[in-house]
Amino acid sequence: MGVGIEVTNLNAWYGANHTLQDINLPIPANHATALIGPSGCGKSTFVRCLNRMHETNPIAKVTGSVRVGDMDIYADASPVEIRRRIGMVFQRPNPFPTMSIYDNVCSGLKLNGYSNRKVLDEIVERSLRDAALWDEVKDDLRKKSGASLSGGQQQRMCIARALAVDPEVLLMDEPASALDPVSTSKIEDLIFQLKTQYTIVIVTHNMQQAARVAEKTGFFLNGRMVEFDSTHKIFTNPSDKRTEDYITGRFG
Amino acid sequence: MTRIRFQRSLDDLKEKLLVMAGLAEQAIQRSIEAYRVRDLSICDLVSRSEMAINRLERDIDQAALDLLAMEQPMAIDLRFILAVIKINADLERVGDAAKSISDRVRTMGSMEIADLPVDIPRMASLAADMVRRSLQSFIEADPEMARNVLSMDDAVDYMNRAAHVSLTQVMGKESHLAPQALNALMVCRALERVADHATNIAEDVIFWVKGADVRHQSSLETATTGDPANRAF
Repeated sequence: MGVGIEVTNLNAWYGANHTLQDINLPIPANHATALIGPSGCGKSTFVRCLNRMHETNPIAKVTGSVRVGDMDIYADASPVEIRRRIGMVFQRPNPFPTMSIYDNVCSGLKLNGYSNRKVLDEIVERSLRDAALWDEVKDDLRKKSGASLSGGQQQRMCIARALAVDPEVLLMDEPASALDPVSTSKIEDLIFQLKTQYTIVIVTHNMQQAARVAEKTGFFLNGRMVEFDSTHKIFTNPSDKRTEDYITGRFG
Repeated sequence: MTRIRFQRSLDDLKEKLLVMAGLAEQAIQRSIEAYRVRDLSICDLVSRSEMAINRLERDIDQAALDLLAMEQPMAIDLRFILAVIKINADLERVGDAAKSISDRVRTMGSMEIADLPVDIPRMASLAADMVRRSLQSFIEADPEMARNVLSMDDAVDYMNRAAHVSLTQVMGKESHLAPQALNALMVCRALERVADHATNIAEDVIFWVKGADVRHQSSLETATTGDPANRAF
């Protein structure tokens, strides 16, 4: 099951550039939360702070607190453990090109020490089913490489790979922006199903997508969280003029 | 500013609705004038403008539908287009009400003028004023002006009920005046509907500008507080 995330006084820097300023945000468990805002507003940096990916950049710095369930990720756990519990899916599908579909999905499990073939088989099947890809690839699991799949299938395989290690939170950074409308709609349907089991945070430039999949939406601008509210409120009657100007296309 | 083309399309849509509003307002004023002076030539003008209103209603709906489908508007733009669609329908019905009044005038044309216990010119003036103010609130995007229109509706409702009582009495007591009384009753009913459409337009303006749904407020409040079964404990 998913867990809630409590972000308190989060600040992030790239060198001297103060990219996130005093972010406070309660992300509810087992819901999809969308983050929107113009390019460079800090939304991708924000999600990278939620699983300590941000600090992998040597000039990056973070202060503040991020509690995922009962764990303060900047105090209580190692980055490896955090990234197991908080999976991430990126804008472009990133399959391991030389690996089969099967090996792609269980690569994280093997890194975490799983070797029992029967267990791996079960988890690969469950993950591919959860990612709505099983029926399309079940006959070619070991025959085809992950890179041979279509873009939409590759992205769902990457989601299956993230699900295989049994995370509590799934971070998605523009997961459908490189996909055609049919593949996009499959990913959106998938998000809708997955949020019953996981807490999902999705960064998107597509506001209709945010409106379709998320219950909560946050609007970022110039490194600050301008408004966080129910998606319905944000897209029909936002409280802040800057949010309204952005979502109606008056700037951005 | 971005989406300049979209903003121009919204301006065009508003412009079209204002043309529609002008026609509907003119139609109701003409029908009232036709009633006052019993002039059938004015009734012909009302019939012609009703056809123009109907054509324009379809044009506006199509333009609004195109914007919804192709621009995926959000927030105040989305509310504006929804308000335009609804106001458009209300204006078309104001046109229908004007036609209905002018039809009564035609019927009454062959009848002797009777002194009936109903002040139709005053009721008509109030209903037309509501239409004018509701449209002005749309032009100025002024929710306060729109709220003032809502408070005027009770007076028209009261006048309609009073006319119903007095004209029914006339029909019962003076049967030779029954046809005139029946026509006057139908004119009152049409004017009461015009006031209702003006109220709807004012509610849509408030929804567009403030994002607040103020429809059926008193009846919904009664439903939640009046019935013990609906109370939350």
